[in-house]
Amino acid sequence: MSGIRRYLIRKTFVYVLTFFSAVTIDWLIPRLMPGNPISIMMSRFASLPEASKYMYSYFMESFGLDKPLWVQYINFWKAVLHGDLGISTYMYPKPVADIIKDALPYDIAILLPAITLSWIVGNWLGAIAGKNKKLDSFLMPVFYFLTASPYFWFAIVLAYILGAKLDLLPISGAYSYGIMPSLSLEFIVDFLKHWILPFLSLFLVMLGGWAIGMRNMIIYEVEADYVRYLEALGASEKTLMKHAFRNAILPQVTGLALQLGTMVAGALTTEIVFSYPGIGYILMQGILNQDYFLIQGCFLVIVISVLVANFIIDLLYAVIDPRVRFSFTEGE
Amino acid sequence: MRRILGLLLAVLIVSSLGGFAGYAQAEELPRNETLYVGGGLWSPPTNFNPLNPSPVTGTVGLLYETLFTYDPLKDQLKPWLAEEGKWINDNTYEVKLREDLKWQDGKPLTAEDVKFTFEIARKHKGVFFSNIWSWLKEVKVVDDRTVDFVFSDPHYTEWNYWLYMIPIIPKHIWEKIDNPVDYANNENPVGSGMYKLYKTDQMRCIWVRNDNWWGIKYFGKPAPKYIVYVIVYSNNVALTMLVKGDLDWSNFFIPGVPDVKSKYKIVTWYDKPPYHLSANLALLFLNDNKTPFNNPDFRRAIAYAINPKEIAQRASQNQVLPADPSGLLPLPSHQKIKAEDLIKKYGWSYDPEKANEILDKLGYKDVNGDGFREYPDGKPMRFTIIVPYGWTDWMEMARIISDQLAAVGIRVDPKFPDFGKYWDDITKGTFDMAINNFGSFISITPWTFYNWILDPNVAPTGEPTYGGNWGRYKNPEVAELLTEIARTKTLEEAKPLYRKLQEIWLKEVPYIPLIYNGAWYEASPAHWTNWPSEKNPYAYPITWHNYWQLGGALVLLKIKPVTAGGGATTPAKTTESAKGSTTPSPTSKDKGLCGPAALVALSLVPIVLYRRRR
Repeated sequence: MSGIRRYLIRKTFVYVLTFFSAVTIDWLIPRLMPGNPISIMMSRFASLPEASKYMYSYFMESFGLDKPLWVQYINFWKAVLHGDLGISTYMYPKPVADIIKDALPYDIAILLPAITLSWIVGNWLGAIAGKNKKLDSFLMPVFYFLTASPYFWFAIVLAYILGAKLDLLPISGAYSYGIMPSLSLEFIVDFLKHWILPFLSLFLVMLGGWAIGMRNMIIYEVEADYVRYLEALGASEKTLMKHAFRNAILPQVTGLALQLGTMVAGALTTEIVFSYPGIGYILMQGILNQDYFLIQGCFLVIVISVLVANFIIDLLYAVIDPRVRFSFTEGE
Repeated sequence: MRRILGLLLAVLIVSSLGGFAGYAQAEELPRNETLYVGGGLWSPPTNFNPLNPSPVTGTVGLLYETLFTYDPLKDQLKPWLAEEGKWINDNTYEVKLREDLKWQDGKPLTAEDVKFTFEIARKHKGVFFSNIWSWLKEVKVVDDRTVDFVFSDPHYTEWNYWLYMIPIIPKHIWEKIDNPVDYANNENPVGSGMYKLYKTDQMRCIWVRNDNWWGIKYFGKPAPKYIVYVIVYSNNVALTMLVKGDLDWSNFFIPGVPDVKSKYKIVTWYDKPPYHLSANLALLFLNDNKTPFNNPDFRRAIAYAINPKEIAQRASQNQVLPADPSGLLPLPSHQKIKAEDLIKKYGWSYDPEKANEILDKLGYKDVNGDGFREYPDGKPMRFTIIVPYGWTDWMEMARIISDQLAAVGIRVDPKFPDFGKYWDDITKGTFDMAINNFGSFISITPWTFYNWILDPNVAPTGEPTYGGNWGRYKNPEVAELLTEIARTKTLEEAKPLYRKLQEIWLKEVPYIPLIYNGAWYEASPAHWTNWPSEKNPYAYPITWHNYWQLGGALVLLKIKPVTAGGGATTPAKTTESAKGSTTPSPTSKDKGLCGPAALVALSLVPIVLYRRRR
């Protein structure tokens, strides 16, 4: 068992290092942009020049931005380790932690089902396409079309066809503007109606990529020696596929881990197209407003969730791939 | 294994969605009593602090109120919380409050509250009007309803502006708050206004009528029981909502409005172009510190080369008016001081021939024959014009200006940096040309406009400045005139000074007025009627922050529901009003497994099951 422990220790070390450097970069990059958040804050305050001048120096001091960079960096880590993400300048005076807390559920409601379902359904469809030539020639163009569509373009097409033209589904917000959130059936139906389009726009685009990957892997595995051997032994089609599938799924799991980060980008455009609340739009506004604290906070959450997801997948890998397990328990 | 995996995922999803809190009570706002408004809210509503520069729109006007309001259509300062206000001697302004003013928690609003509001700005420099204390000496409470403002250096003209900009806050609540500047004030804020904060979430801000408002006996009762102020990120969505009747009152700039206006009976201020009243002035800023823009003749040549009519038509579908050389808005407060004779004498109009003539005379000639002029010493001349990326109408304006200047041989490249970079460049004065309008809003006195655009206290190039004098135009005479105007008592006294300012403006051409940006206003007659318009001009119909007290609040008092609300109560309405009596305490959160989460999980089950069977 010490093999697994060594594996975990090594992984943990890598993750901590990654976390530290990723967060440092997220802290640094906004500060390299020209301009500063307080200055932009002033732009939203159309008033007399005298008044703006007073406020500028006040806010520079209260946000600690008048201090040298290295002091700001140390203060940043001090605050983060105390769980304090600071106060947003864009949504002043709301604490960044509260902003994220309010927005995150919507991201999870869209992203988690979209990522997991597209992965599952994509792999399933890909496997079917891989073993069935007729279906393959029909499905592949669809997959390629889906995976090649940019998220925002696909979202706009969906909104145009299903929302505006056919008027089937609402295209804006997470629920109707006139309804109060509640556990009533009415609200749930309303929420789901608003949920479908943003979900679909992510789900379908992601689906294409997984399906293509799986289909290629299946075709490759079906040609492998062990399948040939099984075939020669007279094993059933079902058994063949079972073994091929198990081997083909491994790169897909790795792919899922790698893809998680880029999926955040998909959420961002989807949220803008559908005016769907969530971190995506807030993060973009934070960047446009150079809201250091909001950018740091959002990226901290993204970095943590990507790392956690990767860690889980690493663990899963040790479970689903016996070779990984053996490589660490070998010789004991 | 796979089954475990599937179940694991399902559990993960359900548990993560579990945090998505549901609410105990079901409620839908009654459509015939709810007004849907949009155009002034661009991020989730978080800040209801009236002392702060940019609180959620409605914080001032709906929740907190000012002593006076200002009507830009008639150019009148109107008493609101105040009954009257007058100068009792040269440096004392006395405000008499109305009778029976009260806060939303029932406590009376007195002179003490007014004094407290000003005192808080003396102590905390972050309050947006704290600079008043450089010329205000003290605030004295005479009796419960009377306050005296004693000035060390009375800025009579400027004071009128602050009278309708400063919201009065309740002393009994704010004196307990340690740092009133970064206080978000988003939990049951208590103001004196006609609406109370009902609920906020990620997509909207909901206000509920204050049925015990002190103003009912003076102004009547506002018609909508609820105001839902929606966040919409895209103009197209706003237009869709408007034509469907889902949005009653829009203050968005919507490109398609002229095309669909008649089909959907959308109300705008004018039925014909420009459709909207003017709100502010967009100008072409030149960097007056850089060669060759430091030469007034060169600036004049550019002014001659630019055609504001074409800009209004191509960039804004004629939803705006082209500006005249003075840049004074077509609203009474600005028109009153406009000197037409000076414009005739020193002004300009679109005339590329004249521009060519001036440029030739200055020695800027096309030497190398590439179609563009060079500096007199033969070096190539090339400038950039900046507007923020994504501001599509301004981006189009920049392109048109670039074309118009190319026609007289000046090469200007339109550049669209992110807003942060744009703002950095203009505040630090490191640009060539830029379009901006931030401080040119309509106010009770043109002084605010001139003080912004010609702000004499600019920082040197490279350091940020926050007045509107981005190109750092310097003229000691202007500085003097601005201080003098701020101290004038009457308009008659100020008029000759304004004339001098306009003369300098027209002769020196510090910047070039382009268009009068609109007070975008589109209303749907589907659920509410009696909207203001040119034919029924009872209020300036804007709901942006700081515009409620310019007319937005009056609209609420005058509009009427389409379906008879008051007497003819439908069953739905009675249940609502029964509920209404217990509001507005936001319904308590009931943490638990929300329906959507369960349904998402359910949709997973078939897939898990299917794969298991294989």
